[in-house]
Amino acid sequence: MRIGVPKEIHAGERRVATTPEVAAQLIKLGFSVAVEEDAGAAASYSNDAYREAGCEISNASNIWAQSDLIFKVRAPQGSEADGLRAGQTLISFLWPGQNPELLQQLTASGATVMAMDSVPRISRAQKMDALSSMANIAGYRAVVEAAQHFGRFFTGQITAAGKVAPAKVMVIGAGVAGLAAIGAAKSMGAIVRAFDTRPEVKEQVESMDAEFLMLDFEDDEDGAGAGGYAKTMSKEFIEAEMALFAEQAKEVDIIITTALIPGKPAPELITAEMVRSMKNGSIIVDLAAEQGGNCELTEADKVVKANGVSIIGYTDLPSRLAAQASQLYATNLRHLLTDLTPEKDGNIDVNMDDEVIRGATVCKDGETTWPPPAPKLSAAPPKAEPQAAPVPVEEKRSVAGPVIGMIAGGLALLGLGAVAPESFMAHFTVFVLACFVGYMVIWNVSPALHTPLMSVTNAISSIIVIGALLQISSADTTIMWIAAATILITSINIAGGFAVTRRMLEMFRK
Amino acid sequence: MMSEGIVTVSYIIATILFILALGGLSNQETARRGNWYGIIGMGIALVATIVGVVERHYEILLVALVLGGAIGVLLARRVQMTQMPELVAILHSLVGLAAVAVGFASFMDPDKHYIGVELTIHNIEIYLGILIGAVTFSGSVIAFGKLSGRIGGKPLTLPARHWLNLGLLLAAIWFGREFVLQAAAGGGMEPLVIMTVIALLFGMHMVLAIGGADMPVVVSMLNSYSGWAASATGFMLGNDLLIVTGALVGSSGAILSYIMCRAMNRKFFSVIAGGFGTGGGTSVSADGEEQGEIVAIDAQETAALLADAKEVMIIPGYGMAVAQAQHTVFEITKALRAKKINVRFGIHPVAGRMPGHMNVLLAEARVPYDIVFEMDEINEDFPDVDVSVVIGANDIVNPSALTDPNSPIAGMPVLECWKGRTSIVLKRSMATGYAGVQNPLFFKENTRMLFGDAKETLDEVLKAL
Repeated sequence: MRIGVPKEIHAGERRVATTPEVAAQLIKLGFSVAVEEDAGAAASYSNDAYREAGCEISNASNIWAQSDLIFKVRAPQGSEADGLRAGQTLISFLWPGQNPELLQQLTASGATVMAMDSVPRISRAQKMDALSSMANIAGYRAVVEAAQHFGRFFTGQITAAGKVAPAKVMVIGAGVAGLAAIGAAKSMGAIVRAFDTRPEVKEQVESMDAEFLMLDFEDDEDGAGAGGYAKTMSKEFIEAEMALFAEQAKEVDIIITTALIPGKPAPELITAEMVRSMKNGSIIVDLAAEQGGNCELTEADKVVKANGVSIIGYTDLPSRLAAQASQLYATNLRHLLTDLTPEKDGNIDVNMDDEVIRGATVCKDGETTWPPPAPKLSAAPPKAEPQAAPVPVEEKRSVAGPVIGMIAGGLALLGLGAVAPESFMAHFTVFVLACFVGYMVIWNVSPALHTPLMSVTNAISSIIVIGALLQISSADTTIMWIAAATILITSINIAGGFAVTRRMLEMFRK
Repeated sequence: MMSEGIVTVSYIIATILFILALGGLSNQETARRGNWYGIIGMGIALVATIVGVVERHYEILLVALVLGGAIGVLLARRVQMTQMPELVAILHSLVGLAAVAVGFASFMDPDKHYIGVELTIHNIEIYLGILIGAVTFSGSVIAFGKLSGRIGGKPLTLPARHWLNLGLLLAAIWFGREFVLQAAAGGGMEPLVIMTVIALLFGMHMVLAIGGADMPVVVSMLNSYSGWAASATGFMLGNDLLIVTGALVGSSGAILSYIMCRAMNRKFFSVIAGGFGTGGGTSVSADGEEQGEIVAIDAQETAALLADAKEVMIIPGYGMAVAQAQHTVFEITKALRAKKINVRFGIHPVAGRMPGHMNVLLAEARVPYDIVFEMDEINEDFPDVDVSVVIGANDIVNPSALTDPNSPIAGMPVLECWKGRTSIVLKRSMATGYAGVQNPLFFKENTRMLFGDAKETLDEVLKAL
């Protein structure tokens, strides 16, 4: 089958749906790949690089008409999708929820369409989760944008010209983008704090060496919704949250907001008043600008100045890191294609029983298949399930068992004492006492020395040689030879056991 | 010729030295001294017996002693540390064989002059000594075969093995009665030989039925049996030194077996009854749904993860012994410690095929013993660990032991490495461990699988560091 990769026509879009490196891997899966001329130019991938990887360079009309599979970044727009027909498969970002007409048009064409934004967020599908890889880039780029507009260092320094205080960064929403922003800001030397409505991300935030802002809130409200996203919180919670932001706004230099609730406009978290309270020269980067923004003053795709605070509302952050974004997106696509091509023979099989493929497919054979049945798995472990009741390690033993055992043992000893001669009882006393001595001595042995202990007890148990020594003086030749053989084998044991113990113990050192 | 009193005193001194030897082995500082106590004790006992009791055949005695000693020292020098379990097992078999030989010789001794109850007791002692010795001998030989790979590690499960064992036991008791009755009349050789054969079969069958993961219990159990065999011989000969020493060794081995069983949360009898890892067939397939995606990584990524960590925990298992990877492990440890990374080792009590197996291997590679910790010492520290490296271990890091009450290993304490940030599992394939249980650890989100031979992959990791 032939994969076609057209050039993105959306204004300002620099990404491309495959890179030369990934294209080579696609060809290994049995596909042929055609790339539109200059499709990768904006992301620094030249036509020659694609040719070297084994791709054909072609024009747009040829690619749309002649390819069985079309890889794109953005959803098709304008006349792009007009030529789509049954038997073709399109894979791109689509946002079917926001674009019902487009979905209708695609369904009518009879083609199979898979939306990268609809890949279910389950652990198995992480490698094809393009939303996460784009969010990761957006979070990193948000910090870079902030740094560009911020007139100071991120890191604190003591220089000959005076002391520089480190920048303070607050990240709201510790999802993939938020965590990436925390990591980037932290590695530039800033003091980073983060807030999220989902308490389970506290550990993740702290694992990145950032401070998790706790809300002084009485109810144990958990903001985790289905699919690993946050959900809308109660009114009381939001009030407490806003108070926290208002207080932080006065102190921090940079605010990066990433709060999104799926299918709803972004929650407004930073009010105009909070912006006014911020220091001159502060920065707000609003990653939710496309969905209306987390800051009241955000304008999509623009940098707004208000009271000396720059509010950055770019919606194309991944595209601003086009080479990196293309590479990750192309790899996500490749993983999805690998799942679609179980035979690795260059022919795809849209298996609607596979949860991941089912979730991503939005229309097939002239029928709309979106939305899919909801996956119920949260990326974070469900909180409701308490740690599965630990297996009781020790069952309660009945007291009767040992008591009966002791009585029986005592009776047996009494019986033995009644018939056995005195000489035997003397030996028996010694035997019982020795068992107890052994018991007391061995309990203290450190487990690391169990092997040397075994080899030394093994050597000591060859004391049985005494028995053979007593017998070797016998006048009976058979007994004498048996005893000699016994001496031979036990002395192997004596020498071997002690020598190997010594060798082992020599090795134990601090 | 020494007087009998001096011989007895020598025996008492030897006994005390043996007790000091075992006590000395309780920690690393005194362990070497403990071994010397043992050697001196054995030397005193030998000299006292040879000078004080032996009357003739000195030349044969000395030849046997020197020859045997030379073979022993040679074995001890030659043996690889990874073969230690085999060596210990084969040495146990020698004690068992010696007990059988001494028993037969004692029975054939024409000089004995017991009558009445004393004769009966003496014959029972002979019988028991040979019985325990024979079981120890054949069991140890089979254990040696299993440990050295000459016999497969899979448990042999005959259809009615419990009934077979019971039948062998009853037969041994019946022939014991026959033996005592016939011996009183001057005969008895026949039932004694038949019983010896039965005991040999019993020992073989018992160890054959036990799976590879239970080998630490078997080895320590055989250690215990070799002690009881010596003790029984002591009763037979009326020699307190043998009785005491045998009892010391016997109870020491019994305690080790108990510790091993506790580490696996299993009953001693269920280990001995054998067949572990075969009964859990249904729950294994039920676990299938828990499986998910595994994430594989390569040596370079492993090295990068290790280099970025602050706290590293290494969890060795039998796979490290098989691949002889302990030296590479220590080289990696050194490299990481040079980067100020805190590296520790977490040892599960039943890791490997013998109690303390991993400790010996790490000691051989010169890993300082103060960074090697027991499970109980470090299990609570895992949340602070950045990277855990599991080398060829499986069941001892299986979370289902704690979470799945139906698992065959339910309730067994395990090293909870999944509580750390990342676990890297080195494994040759996705095969299950000896317990035959699938390991949910491999499918956890924070687990990375590094496939391949432990030694080769670790060499690559070391290179990448």
